[in-house]
Amino acid sequence: MSISFTKLFLTTFKISAVTFGGGYTIVPILRDAFVNKYPLMDDEEMINLIAIAQSSPGAMAVNTSILIGYKAHKIKGALTTAVATVLPPLIIITAISFAYQLFATNPWIQAALIGMRGSITAVMAYAVFNMGRNVLQQKKRFGLIVMIGSFILGYFHFLPTALVILLSGFSGYAYFGLRRQIKGWW
Amino acid sequence: MPMIQRYIVEQRGWITFHQLADITSISQMTPGPIAINAATFVGVKVAGPLGGVVATIGSITPSFILLILLAYFFFRNSNLYYIQDILKGLRPAIVSLILIAAISLGGSAIFLETDFTIPWLQNLNYPAIVSAIVAFFLLIKYKVDSVIVIFSGALIGIIYHAITII
Repeated sequence: MSISFTKLFLTTFKISAVTFGGGYTIVPILRDAFVNKYPLMDDEEMINLIAIAQSSPGAMAVNTSILIGYKAHKIKGALTTAVATVLPPLIIITAISFAYQLFATNPWIQAALIGMRGSITAVMAYAVFNMGRNVLQQKKRFGLIVMIGSFILGYFHFLPTALVILLSGFSGYAYFGLRRQIKGWW
Repeated sequence: MPMIQRYIVEQRGWITFHQLADITSISQMTPGPIAINAATFVGVKVAGPLGGVVATIGSITPSFILLILLAYFFFRNSNLYYIQDILKGLRPAIVSLILIAAISLGGSAIFLETDFTIPWLQNLNYPAIVSAIVAFFLLIKYKVDSVIVIFSGALIGIIYHAITII
């Protein structure tokens, strides 16, 4: 299903404007918009894009939206989403850079941010649950092992994130490659 | 962050350490990733709004180019078996990493110490807990859009603060 440039821009703009906190925070919201609302892709493809975005330098939010834009409308789409993503922070930072002390210490803003942390956590957890379910639909055993393994490695900081990703990608390559070889012998 | 410190603050003196610390904490409070926010901020400080635009564009251009290339090759060759294999390994890992991020965010949300809580409520951040519960409710039962759910969190935070100062 395709999406118009305007919709693409506006949706991405809106999403970027409410994504406080970096990293994966934007993931569930992007998923909501481009997998559930305008089905530009399914969960599996979304996670593929996240994997690519993660593996490339640059901010997660920007990278992921560039890829989504590309998926929608190739380079023009990527440009659209890239601009839509950086515009909200550009505007806000420019606006408050003259008076950021005031902004930083304003208790109402603090209060809103604290509240948002709770809801963003819930949104992320909910997305994890749904995406996890989707990922485990096929290859349950392998998926579960990688999921638990990477969680342990990542949560207790046994390995840096980049290495966890490298390892898991390699494990997929090795495991399924071997399986294919073995099946070929039957 | 260390790179910004070295190249922007030390080598070029475009902003001070103090300003860098400021923008780091402000970035937590504004939309957008820290890298973009920092770039925009430096740009504005050095050359006003136009500087902000230029710096922002500069900060995303390398990623943009690289990603277009990656995307091109990916979408073209995604049906190659070994790419699929790698992705089958990556997908569960990504889910776990997002879970880790969620847990860490949740931890910092619930155990935050703020300067405007009533003394005996010190150790737990109730608005965050309430907004998380409400958010789960909205998401699971009513399938509310995440953007609206996040706004509800902001609202709950504001209402809570309003109550505590009355």
